[in-house]
Amino acid sequence: MEIGLQKANSKGSYRGDRLFRRLALCCALTIPLLMIGIVFELVRNSRLSLAQFGFGFLTSKAWNPVTQDFGALSSMYGTAVSTLIAMLIALPLGFVIALFLVELAPPRLSAFFGSAIELLAAIPSIIYGMWGLFVFAPFMSNFVQPLLGKYLDFLPLFQGPPLGIGMLTAGIILAFMILPYISSVTRDVFQMVPPVVKESAYGIGATNWEVTKAVTMRYSLRGMVGAAFLALGRALGETMAVTFVIGNNHQIAASLFASGNSIASTLANEFTEASDPIYLSALVELGLVLFLITFVFQAAAQLWLWSIKKKLA
Amino acid sequence: MKPTLAEATHPSPDASALKEPQMTINEQTVAEPAKIAVRNLNFFYGKHQALHDNNIEILRNHVTAIIGPSGCGKSTHIRTYNRIHELYRDQRATGEIIMGGINILAPEVDVIDLRRRVGMIFQKPSPFPMSIYENVAYGLRINYKLKGSELAERVEQAIKQAALWEEVKDQLDEPGTALSGGQQQRLCIARMIAIEPEVLLMDEPASAIDPVGTAKLEELMLTLKENYTIVIVTHNMQQAARVSDYTAFFYEGRIVEFGKTKQVFTNPRMKQTEDYITGRFG
Amino acid sequence: MKLVVKSLKYRRLANRTVQVLSALSASVGLAMLLWILIVVFLRGFKAINLSFFTQLPMPPGMVGGGLANAIAGTLLITVLAALIGTPIGLMAGIYLAEFGKGRKLAAGIRFFTNIMIGVPSIIVGVFVYTLIVLPSKSFSTYAGAAALAIIMLPVVVRTTEDMLTMVPNSLREAGLSLGVPNWRVILGITFRAARSGLITGVLLAVARVSGETAPLLFTALNSPYWINSLHEPVANLTVTIFNYAMSPYADWKQQAWGASLLIMGGVLFLNIFARIAIKTKTRTR
Repeated sequence: MEIGLQKANSKGSYRGDRLFRRLALCCALTIPLLMIGIVFELVRNSRLSLAQFGFGFLTSKAWNPVTQDFGALSSMYGTAVSTLIAMLIALPLGFVIALFLVELAPPRLSAFFGSAIELLAAIPSIIYGMWGLFVFAPFMSNFVQPLLGKYLDFLPLFQGPPLGIGMLTAGIILAFMILPYISSVTRDVFQMVPPVVKESAYGIGATNWEVTKAVTMRYSLRGMVGAAFLALGRALGETMAVTFVIGNNHQIAASLFASGNSIASTLANEFTEASDPIYLSALVELGLVLFLITFVFQAAAQLWLWSIKKKLA
Repeated sequence: MKPTLAEATHPSPDASALKEPQMTINEQTVAEPAKIAVRNLNFFYGKHQALHDNNIEILRNHVTAIIGPSGCGKSTHIRTYNRIHELYRDQRATGEIIMGGINILAPEVDVIDLRRRVGMIFQKPSPFPMSIYENVAYGLRINYKLKGSELAERVEQAIKQAALWEEVKDQLDEPGTALSGGQQQRLCIARMIAIEPEVLLMDEPASAIDPVGTAKLEELMLTLKENYTIVIVTHNMQQAARVSDYTAFFYEGRIVEFGKTKQVFTNPRMKQTEDYITGRFG
Repeated sequence: MKLVVKSLKYRRLANRTVQVLSALSASVGLAMLLWILIVVFLRGFKAINLSFFTQLPMPPGMVGGGLANAIAGTLLITVLAALIGTPIGLMAGIYLAEFGKGRKLAAGIRFFTNIMIGVPSIIVGVFVYTLIVLPSKSFSTYAGAAALAIIMLPVVVRTTEDMLTMVPNSLREAGLSLGVPNWRVILGITFRAARSGLITGVLLAVARVSGETAPLLFTALNSPYWINSLHEPVANLTVTIFNYAMSPYADWKQQAWGASLLIMGGVLFLNIFARIAIKTKTRTR
């Protein structure tokens, strides 16, 4: 007897497969839908503010719930400055730590420090906030800021009373929050360097550091740029740690010791208090600005990393 | 102070006569000085022992081939000669590898200096992420004090020696990765011989390149042996027969047979060698 | 022409210098970790006693009371978020890994997933506020859970895709050639092969959202009472920490440290547990 092949369309399993596949697709589509939803909702709910302030919103320093006059400039300034401080500290430190983990540390130490850095990344933002407000800010005001004020007070950046709370402290805490991201992304990039090329460099008598310079860093340059972009995106939107220590003051001050605010900290502090529609609308518009900024940096990072992968493959 | 191999590897004639032992291979006494003498070499990956009591003597200005089925420890064996295995956690070698009267496995031997003297070519071509010229110049620059003109001269000379000059002389500024597999492998050889090592280790250098490239590579090896001591690991027995003077057969981490290539291939003493060579296993 | 060897001394010195500098940098990271851990532990430990786990908060200024409602609330929101986020995330990951190879649509979804991971969590809070809280005119447990689920979703999608792509194709082919329908192969064979990685991924995602504050500020809000219904504001640890820390009362600040210790301990425990689980699994394989 011959066994004939059954036609696929008669089988329930075929229908099951199709159903399963559609279900999976629907689930996957929730992600782009959510993205579109976020943009739509943010625009819809900021239309009052968009209509009233127009582009002037981005250039106005005003933030006055009483007179209902709102502008994003001081928040954007605070976000930019705290992020800049964080990047200036975290980028070099993060890269060097990644080098240490992959190339320079003895294996046992590398595993130990690697776990420590990963735990640092896992600590919730609010814990950094608590520690920042009650431990690190007093430390800054008692030790670091008086020292900076004493030796660098010719710079307007380091003038004013050392209160602890303020832009500099926020930037430094932010630095330690993004440090683990930079290190772990960079470490992954470093580990993608083919071992045989490194072995060849060792094989002609290069030292550890010479191999790192000639092979690892050359291979990884573009990946390091990608890591920097990712960290930048994180720093821009970080909320709780910054809210605790930045001082929440709508002003633009030259000194890094002065208090300020960031987009995220303004949202965290004022959103539930905003009773007037225009106030709420202005806050949502702030959120829209933050979303667009982080979107641009994240998208740039993704496209950049994607182009590297394509080149390597 | 760490002893460098400098004095030891360029001994005066009398000293070498005194120091270097007359060696015995297959009960025939060979009156040639050994470049490398391996004594009771054992190798461990963690707890797993990969090499068992390897004893072998590598002769100066000859090509020694190491053959055997995959996983028998051929590569592991030569990776101890420049201690490249030390880059990895849990890899450990015990025993002695005597080079110029010094046990190079001793912790006080400077590995940087050792690796400059013992060059290595890997299975996969591994050009550095730099231009062709820089690939060859790199090793010279980090290891030696050189003037610009002398550097360029030596780079050219090394690429010529590696039989690559005619193919790349007009594109020295292009990245090394732009070359074909066989050319990349010869670039790696140029890079290695530029720094004038004393021993060349080749770990299946032809396994990833095409037949034409392989032929050129083998030709190159025959000219190189006039100046260098070469050890080549290969799974290709014809290749071993064509290029080598001596052959060692490895099986399960042990050196089963070692002798003149002609003798090993035509008249093996051990049953296992014969089975492997005639293709009964491996 | 004789080659003159460069002094190894200087090359070694340069090498050593860089090694020491990099070790110092890593030590700075380690020191920060220890500093934070120790401070939170020492200060939090003082606040923790039996009533901390069993009683409701006291009105401001009165000593005593606990955060039992907030502990329950955080657990509830996190579990709800995981119940929403995990199945959708797993299915989406399946789409990308099993059906999406080489498709433009899948590449687009992957792109948005990666960007979504980087969207600030406070933005998600604003989004859920306008989407759920405004229309329903009330802060609520499910708004909070929805916000956490949205944050969790892309993380689960990405780890699921990564873990499934690591499963060798031969396993799928073997299943399919037995005549098993594709969906059963995926759920029964591929999933099982990737199981430990998937569990780790989900646990890490849960750990991440359980410590989130910003998305709960204006979705779940906070409350001094026990949970009555999902349609009301709900007490939770992280927002409580924020409110208490900013308050002028010493006793509340103390409680905030206790809550910090609890949250940090929970998140780190989940992290370490998840990582150890995957390590032992890969070692035995």
